[in-house]
Amino acid sequence: MAKTVRETIKDLTRHHLLEKKSMCFGQCLTAVGWVGGTLPELYEDDGMVEVTTADVANGGFVVGAALKGIRPIYVVRYQGFQWYNAPIIVNYACKSKEIWGIPCPIFVRSIAMEGAIGPVAGSSHHSLFQRMPGSKIISPMTPNEYDFAYKEFMRDDDVYYVSEHRRSYDNNKEFENIIENGADFTLFPISITRFDAEKARIILKEQGYSINIIHQLWIKPFVFKNEWREALNQSKHGGMVLDDDYEEGAASSIAHSMMIDSEKKVYTYGLEHRTAGFHPDVDNLPPSPELIADRVKTIINK
Amino acid sequence: MKDFRLEVFKKASLCRNFENILYEKVQEKLIKFPVYLSAGQEFIAATISEKISELNISPDIFIQHRGHSTYLSFGGSIDELIDELLGRKTGCALGMGGSASIQCKKKNIYGHDGLMGNQVPIGVGACFASKCPTIVFVGDSAAEEDYCLSAIGWASTKNLPILFVVEDNNLSILTEKKVRRNWEMHDVAKGMQVKSFNISDDPLIINKHLQNVFDFPLLLNINTVRKFWHAGAGTDGENFDRYEEELKYFGDEGNAIDKYNKNLVLDAWQRQLEKQ
Ligand SMILES: Cc1ncc(C[n+]2csc(CCOP(=O)(O)OP(=O)(O)O)c2C)c(N)n1
Ligand SMILES: [Mg+2]
Repeated sequence: MAKTVRETIKDLTRHHLLEKKSMCFGQCLTAVGWVGGTLPELYEDDGMVEVTTADVANGGFVVGAALKGIRPIYVVRYQGFQWYNAPIIVNYACKSKEIWGIPCPIFVRSIAMEGAIGPVAGSSHHSLFQRMPGSKIISPMTPNEYDFAYKEFMRDDDVYYVSEHRRSYDNNKEFENIIENGADFTLFPISITRFDAEKARIILKEQGYSINIIHQLWIKPFVFKNEWREALNQSKHGGMVLDDDYEEGAASSIAHSMMIDSEKKVYTYGLEHRTAGFHPDVDNLPPSPELIADRVKTIINK
Repeated sequence: MKDFRLEVFKKASLCRNFENILYEKVQEKLIKFPVYLSAGQEFIAATISEKISELNISPDIFIQHRGHSTYLSFGGSIDELIDELLGRKTGCALGMGGSASIQCKKKNIYGHDGLMGNQVPIGVGACFASKCPTIVFVGDSAAEEDYCLSAIGWASTKNLPILFVVEDNNLSILTEKKVRRNWEMHDVAKGMQVKSFNISDDPLIINKHLQNVFDFPLLLNINTVRKFWHAGAGTDGENFDRYEEELKYFGDEGNAIDKYNKNLVLDAWQRQLEKQ
């Protein structure tokens, strides 16, 4: 059996603490569940550090630890909590190399989840970190991608915002881009929308549409690969960036970069621009396979 | 045996002369960004650094925006500070830090990014990771930031070898403490089980309270008097000036030290300006 994302994170964390002698900070890490089973059962002596409930200060503690060169991991259990956890990280750690020549690398594990968790905790919050020089954003959804993200971080000296999604933890498969000759449309999905984009593609295929899927692992820096540009230019009706953040952020910024460097329109589809409630009737979820398929058809048949 | 008070005065004298001369440079508009002068408050860093050199240790130091005296007292290079104020790559913060965000790698002085008080949680985190002596300087206003208070609490919980120094000039820009709060930092810290004292910036008194520094978390709320405006060159009128008091106390020897430092700073400026 191939390893799942959950097991991959757990093994990397164990390696990071026990072999690299680093630390992993976070709230309620050692409580029941060990953050969705992604943490090894280690305690403070091993570097697994329970911090206080003071989220802003906690971000500062991790920055201080990073200044001492230990490359800490920081677990933020819901991305929405970044509003309180991010300030000192984005303002100090991200700038430290430029102002003082002192790198301050931190592996920020920022975990997304949606569905019945209300107005603050859910979805991805990429744009918070995206605006600040000195940060990199990567959203691994497979075991190999997570391994790659960790290795990149270890040979780099920037702050890494690792945008995770709880729904990916059971995944043990890898994604591959699907690029077809004469495709009608290209999807550029981010984070959890990558799973649903694949399902949407099957729905659309059954209805006679040919859809490319180009998976987006890196959110920042965004590099528009030649192969992707060609695929987009060859797509009859352009493309669409999918995200589980509001469209008015990373998705729009990536779509903009693609458009100025291609001949096609690139649309965005993410959360609706409204606050999520708890009940299913008022929740605000990333687009489902059916909704993605409908949106694509609407664009194609315009 | 060195005379502790005299050694502190020598450091304070360098700081005071640096700030007095910088005051003139700011008035002459040689420097056009906000400059946070620490004159009037120099005995705090001068005393603590003297105690640290006696202990023969080199702690990590997290400074606040008004940090020239801290930088100089703990051995930061005067030439690199001048270069920094002139925006040069050879400055102590690569010409990026101006006055507020200075640092000195050789002396373990970490720069401040301009968000008041975040040096407190950062210093606590660094101390937690290193378990080595750490000093955090913070203003009486910045100390009110929620993240400062919770960081002091965590340092207590983890029993870290850390010294918090609240440079209490009673002012947040021009807003007095009594307008902002009805509580005192040393009381709050005490409530968090941190040994805390509210004292003056008299070097002998500060020294007395540093006896067991780094054996446990310690907070000193040190009352002091800012000589110049919050930023830029100007004064709020005649106030108590410890430097004048100490100068008087040391008489001719004090005057000679003062003159020596004045020339040292003038020479440094001349040297750096001619380098252009
Ligand atoms: C997070 C944040 N809030 C507000 C400010 C604006 N500000 C700059 S200096 C200052 C007052 C600082 O007073 P204090 O900490 O007592 O230091 P002092 O200037 O008196 O030495 C304030 C509020 C800031 N720079 N950062
Ligand atoms: Mg003040």
